[in-house]
Amino acid sequence: MSVILIMIVGSFIVAAGFLAAFLWSVRSGQYEDKYTPSVRILLDDAPTNNGPSHQSSN
Amino acid sequence: MEKTSSTSQAVGVCYHCGDSVRGDRVDHDGKVFCCSGCKVVYDILNRNDLCQYYAIDKTPGNQPAPVETMRFDYLNDEGVQKKLLNFMDGRTASVTLSLPSIHCSSCIWLLEHLYRLDAGVTSSRVDFLKKTISVSYDMRVTSLRAVVMLLSSLGYEPDLRLDSMERREVSDVTRSLYYKIGIAGFCFGNSMLFSFPEYLGVDASEQLLREVFSYLNLLLGIPVATYCSLEYYRSAWGGLRKRVINIDLPIAIGIVLLFGRSAAEILTGSGAGFIDSLCGLLFFLLLGRVFQSKTYDRMNFERSYTSYFPIAVTTKRGGVETTVPLSALSRGQRIVVRSNEIVPADAMLLQGNAFIDYSFVTGEAAPVPKVLGEMIYAGGRQTGGAIELEVMKEVSQSYLTQLWNDFRGGRKGEGNLSELSNTVSKYFTAAVLTLAAAVGLYWLPTDVATALNAFTGILIVACPCALAISIPFTLGTALRIFGRNGFYVKNTGVIERMAKIGTVVFDKTGTLTYPQGSSVSFHGGNLSEREMHAVRSVARNSIHPLSAVIAAGLTSEALRVDGFVEETGRGVAGTAGGLSVRIGSAEFAGSVAGAERIPNESRVYCSVDGELRGFFAVRHGYRAETASVVERLRHRYRFGILSGDTAAERPYLESLFPAGTEMRFAQLPQDKRNAVGSMQAEGRRVLMVGDGLNDAGALLHSDVGIAVSEDVAQFSPSSDAILAGAAFGRLPDLLAFARTSIRVVIASFVFAFLYNTVGLYFAVQGELSPVMAAILMPASSITIVIIATAATRIAARRKGLL
Repeated sequence: MSVILIMIVGSFIVAAGFLAAFLWSVRSGQYEDKYTPSVRILLDDAPTNNGPSHQSSN
Repeated sequence: MEKTSSTSQAVGVCYHCGDSVRGDRVDHDGKVFCCSGCKVVYDILNRNDLCQYYAIDKTPGNQPAPVETMRFDYLNDEGVQKKLLNFMDGRTASVTLSLPSIHCSSCIWLLEHLYRLDAGVTSSRVDFLKKTISVSYDMRVTSLRAVVMLLSSLGYEPDLRLDSMERREVSDVTRSLYYKIGIAGFCFGNSMLFSFPEYLGVDASEQLLREVFSYLNLLLGIPVATYCSLEYYRSAWGGLRKRVINIDLPIAIGIVLLFGRSAAEILTGSGAGFIDSLCGLLFFLLLGRVFQSKTYDRMNFERSYTSYFPIAVTTKRGGVETTVPLSALSRGQRIVVRSNEIVPADAMLLQGNAFIDYSFVTGEAAPVPKVLGEMIYAGGRQTGGAIELEVMKEVSQSYLTQLWNDFRGGRKGEGNLSELSNTVSKYFTAAVLTLAAAVGLYWLPTDVATALNAFTGILIVACPCALAISIPFTLGTALRIFGRNGFYVKNTGVIERMAKIGTVVFDKTGTLTYPQGSSVSFHGGNLSEREMHAVRSVARNSIHPLSAVIAAGLTSEALRVDGFVEETGRGVAGTAGGLSVRIGSAEFAGSVAGAERIPNESRVYCSVDGELRGFFAVRHGYRAETASVVERLRHRYRFGILSGDTAAERPYLESLFPAGTEMRFAQLPQDKRNAVGSMQAEGRRVLMVGDGLNDAGALLHSDVGIAVSEDVAQFSPSSDAILAGAAFGRLPDLLAFARTSIRVVIASFVFAFLYNTVGLYFAVQGELSPVMAAILMPASSITIVIIATAATRIAARRKGLL
């Protein structure tokens, strides 16, 4: 049955990984603005050229 | 991209801002613009390949206000920068600015591409709901002033107010709450897993497994009983020091005993402990806290006069105008106040025609003319042209500031401390402690172990977790439902107080009436769009309140007016767009029939090119819902009216409100506060509904102060709740719903007690097993959460609030 101990340690480490990920996400401010990122992801970057003519992005 | 297809857009709409294009249209690059400001923004964007701005949302722009270059000079001031910047190290600096004109996804896109327009900007981030932008820039390449100027020239002028210099981060509290929930949730899940063998029963051969698991459990319990519970210990201790038993005291006792007994059991090998129950308990308690702490990003309930004042003011010295920060303003300085600007300090009029609108301070609607040499108090808004003043008192010494500081003295209890739960917990704690002691003593002579078990078991089971979460979940739900209906409540404590209100006191101007008395309609003849535009343009030049109402209907830039005359008490005349316009009394406009008198309606007649065309009917601006609100509230509440205005409208108000309504007119801010105070002295619970700074004292001192605001993101005095003007008619529903939610809380209290009784049945016998606790505690928490939220939502739906 001692195999269960290894399993437990494994599961504990996985869970701790998720906890760490959660703490990091709070720390990096992901829970402060819950709306803007949802819009931002739909916006394309500006065409990056500085050339003479403007490019069409699509 | 949009470039070519855009020409097919409906002609007559500005390509940049979407306003309809009038006479002075600007054709440029195959597109139509309403003014040169919009064209300039387009040019800037076009030059920098940022025209995708127009592809995301149609006509996303804001009309930029003309930027006078020296207006932001004060931003170069070291002291001002220090206060505004979040961070500065000589190379990079970051600042968070409030941009009220953010309104669509194009705004986000453009503002986050600021680096393309100013090489010094390293990054910019928009928070759409808060309408703020955080900009980091290289101080060696650009400056705060340059960034602000850039934003303004794009039509996103930052809202720089005195209080934006004092605002600091508050999000640390919520962050630590999230950390605690994360940890408690993690420990809860894992400790349940580790407790399974115990609950299912392990045979003797698995003794090692059992020990390892229980020690792991103990390990998990440590952060929960310490870090996660910190708030409860603190609050309980704070209560004890004030000799108050609050709800957190029995919770803190419960947590300590749960952990203590579990540790003892695990370390002596006598049992498995209650670690999983402990973790679950904290997890649900903290969830309740998050649920309760709904905040409205764009709103600020703590606004003071400082959020109304500009950061800087224009001073004049030897004919040269410079902008200085308000804090640097001193006595004897000469300042220039332009139209629509606030007089920031008590000052003497030196030059110009002053028409000061004190509505914000006194509630009086009509602007007051001032003569040279007269004193003008801070807080007044100049409505005429530019004036020059000499500062007589520093900002911190002004009448308004002093008034404000007086008011702040008597703030009512703050925060989310719940009266209701504290009352309940006082008796509850006493009862539980007595019971535990009695049962412990009963067992003591026969069996010490059982006595100890029973004593701790009772305290653990009776830990009022369910009680403590029923309030946050019920009132937190109510808070959200209120928010959906345009009623924004500061915290859940306000809902509790709302339920106990007995007297409703209204301010008149801005509360029962619209701020600008805006219900206006044109009757009689037909005015073409062009003629109407001319009429409104002429009206705009007058400071008379009725003219202001008519001019408010202007949809685009006003026309130039020539030969403007104003005859006091009669009307105004002028030529605009080639049309000669006369607006005013019936005789003034050339009516022969004379004016008809209708209560609460003023008629402004108007003629164009000498021909009478009809009249504007200006309703005295009472909200249409006022009558129905009074009608629905009169059975339950007493009323009061406190108006800064004259008693001119007493007859009308008397017809509206039931007999016995206490009406006071010509009330100064202190009078209003004192009036509320005297009602409270009679033991009445007062709800004050007001809107201006003149109500601030009354709002602060009343049991619940509601600020009515036409634009909730704009200024409102500090209050307990903000009610959108459009939702005024729902006031009776909102009050009724507050009472219902308190009833829901009480109902869930009853359920919580039922669960406790079941638990106590086992605990008094000293037989509270970990399994029992592990089932009972989460079960009670979850049912309470379900009951509280479901019942509140059902009640809201019945009232039509959801």
